Amino acid sequence: MNEMTMERQAETVSPTYGVVDCDIHPAFSERSELARYLPARWQEHLRDFGLRTGNPFAGSMPYPRLTPGNGMRRDAWPPSGGPPASDLAFLQEQLLDPLNIEFGLLQPLAAGSSVFNQQFGRALCTAINDWQIDKWLSKEPRLRGAICVPQEDVEGALAEIERRASDRRFVQIAIPPRALEPAGRQRYWPIYEAAAHHGLPIGMHSAAYGSRANTGAGWTSFYIEEHYAFSNAAQTALTSMIFEGAFERYPGLKLVLVEGGFAWLPPLMWRMDREWTRMRNEVPHLTRAPSSYVGSNVWLTTQPIEEPENNRHLYDLLRWIGAGRLMFSTDYPHWDFDHPEHAFKVPLSPQDRRAIVRDNAISLFRLNAEAKARA
Amino acid sequence: MMADSIDTTHPAPLPIKGLRAIDADIHPRSPRRADLLPYLDEYWSEIVMSRDVDHLELTGYPESAAPFRPPNQDMNADAASMGRAHLDPLGLDAAILNVASGLHGIFDPYMAAALCSATNRWLADEWLSADGRLRASLVVPFQHPEAAVAEIQRYAGDERFVQVLAMAMGETPLGRRHHWPIYKAAVDNGFAIAIHNGSSYRHAPTQSGFPSFLVEDQIAQAQGFANQVGSLLAEGVLAQFPAIRIVLIESGVTWLPGLMWRMGKDWRGARIEVPWVKTKPAELIRTHFRLTTQPFDGPAEPGEAEKAIEHLGSEEMLLFATDFPHDHGQNLLNWPQALPRKMTSRIARDNFKDTYPRLEIGR
Repeated sequence: MNEMTMERQAETVSPTYGVVDCDIHPAFSERSELARYLPARWQEHLRDFGLRTGNPFAGSMPYPRLTPGNGMRRDAWPPSGGPPASDLAFLQEQLLDPLNIEFGLLQPLAAGSSVFNQQFGRALCTAINDWQIDKWLSKEPRLRGAICVPQEDVEGALAEIERRASDRRFVQIAIPPRALEPAGRQRYWPIYEAAAHHGLPIGMHSAAYGSRANTGAGWTSFYIEEHYAFSNAAQTALTSMIFEGAFERYPGLKLVLVEGGFAWLPPLMWRMDREWTRMRNEVPHLTRAPSSYVGSNVWLTTQPIEEPENNRHLYDLLRWIGAGRLMFSTDYPHWDFDHPEHAFKVPLSPQDRRAIVRDNAISLFRLNAEAKARA
Repeated sequence: MMADSIDTTHPAPLPIKGLRAIDADIHPRSPRRADLLPYLDEYWSEIVMSRDVDHLELTGYPESAAPFRPPNQDMNADAASMGRAHLDPLGLDAAILNVASGLHGIFDPYMAAALCSATNRWLADEWLSADGRLRASLVVPFQHPEAAVAEIQRYAGDERFVQVLAMAMGETPLGRRHHWPIYKAAVDNGFAIAIHNGSSYRHAPTQSGFPSFLVEDQIAQAQGFANQVGSLLAEGVLAQFPAIRIVLIESGVTWLPGLMWRMGKDWRGARIEVPWVKTKPAELIRTHFRLTTQPFDGPAEPGEAEKAIEHLGSEEMLLFATDFPHDHGQNLLNWPQALPRKMTSRIARDNFKDTYPRLEIGR
């Protein structure tokens, strides 16, 4: 049997419940769109100095993607013009309606958290959040936003969280895993404290650039290596937050690792626990085995779902990780899009499927009330 | 001051025109995908289309940022415009084109090689063939030394390419041995090595990370040049290639004496660590390194600037350059106030002879 094909259709009848898509990338219709949400002083700065980040290239990807538009699905270009996922009507027509998306979580990939100029970073994050409301959240009740914050400028991040926390259209706080320092360092804890206080999960979406080499051995040459290394960034962030004691300090803190895959997680949990038993005296502030924090504080989105050579090995991964930790995502409109009917190459039990495709996210992001109201 | 008094501090402007000067640093627009497609094979043509490889600009040398933008986009759009806007009014005998695009920042070594080759062919066809005064730096993939060597050998017979372009801040220090085949091919064929302002951002430009502002980044570039001088000296490149000439482009110039003095002092105590450095660093540096004059980090008073230049200990190191069309707030038509008048001939023409064996103009 061709190992790349499905064992059989995952569902012969579409289930009656909706899908929560935890990773949709909204786009600007044109390059100047974000600038309109900036104060004049920062519009001028953007015009004169551009977006200065750790990306070696101004205005293009460090590792060019494989399809036009920086790695877009070739069928995702809206007939109205503009880049993929820049047109709400077409997003509804191509994604939300046919896939029965009950809630779609926006993951804006904008530079607000990464620009070197931190005052500019504040302004950009505010603009991106205003843009989410204006272009998407105020027009489509199925969509939910992420509060973009300048995580290196903790004071600025807290101000932005306070500005948005009462707006329930925002369901998480977005920070990239490739911060200047490992994510668990105490300098970032005020952000985690605010997140826990407001009951907002921290959503860490893989980042295409950072201020450090993308592997411990230096920079990769190719996108195929770089994309794998996204899962390394997720591992680093998770390990750091566990061992620095962030979850110990803020038991209510919830972390979502977005677009990093998950096949790496069981081996990491085993490794963390094994090394911890050897060196636990170094980290006496951990009161329990490192892997146990995954079960209480951590969630992962499924795309790009790993495809074991033997499809059925996916069951082992689910058992080791726990179906309660995983939340479905499409990564629309990117080329490696996962479809809820086709992403899982083995049939899931009805309970697991419902948990992964809908219920885990409904519960984590506290969408129950609205889901009920709509029903 | 009386109108008829002689101002020796600020002498009357000396027009560049009439000096038959050579300009060591001018910038054509960076080629876009449409410019390079005719020079790419079938595979790379498809790749640059599907992967959106088009605009290549370094964050570490952002030519679209306001301080770099020409007042008029047409000034460096093609050879004819460049001639009208710059070579004609300055009466230049020759000018060296430096493509300061993102080629050095590309991660994929094969893509870097393909785009460097295409860029050189574009330079030859669209610029060098269009104006006999133009010369160019050859762009080669430092990411792929074998391909870089092949590219240098390919252009050995085309003396319009006078040097090989490197960058101040790349992935590894330029003195490292994996770069040596590039230097051998260059020296064997009479190319100088040029090091241009800019970073591939493989590392932050400072030891403490990325600074907040472009202005800090550009200030830090001088450290990059200094580190490359240290690297090429200490790793033994100068000893291995006695004929090598290295041109520091847009370095600022005046940081160099301090480096000479400090490395000289350290060399006296630490020379057993680098036994191939047999002569005191300042002498080696004077023999092998050249500096372009724009921008120039000097005191405002010309007399004081002359002293700062005197500290180099050589009148043979400076090469006239304008960095056209990047704006440094100067009237390019006149000889720079900071540069000593008595060295005009050396800086504008004579020093090019020893630097560029492939440049017949000025001989």
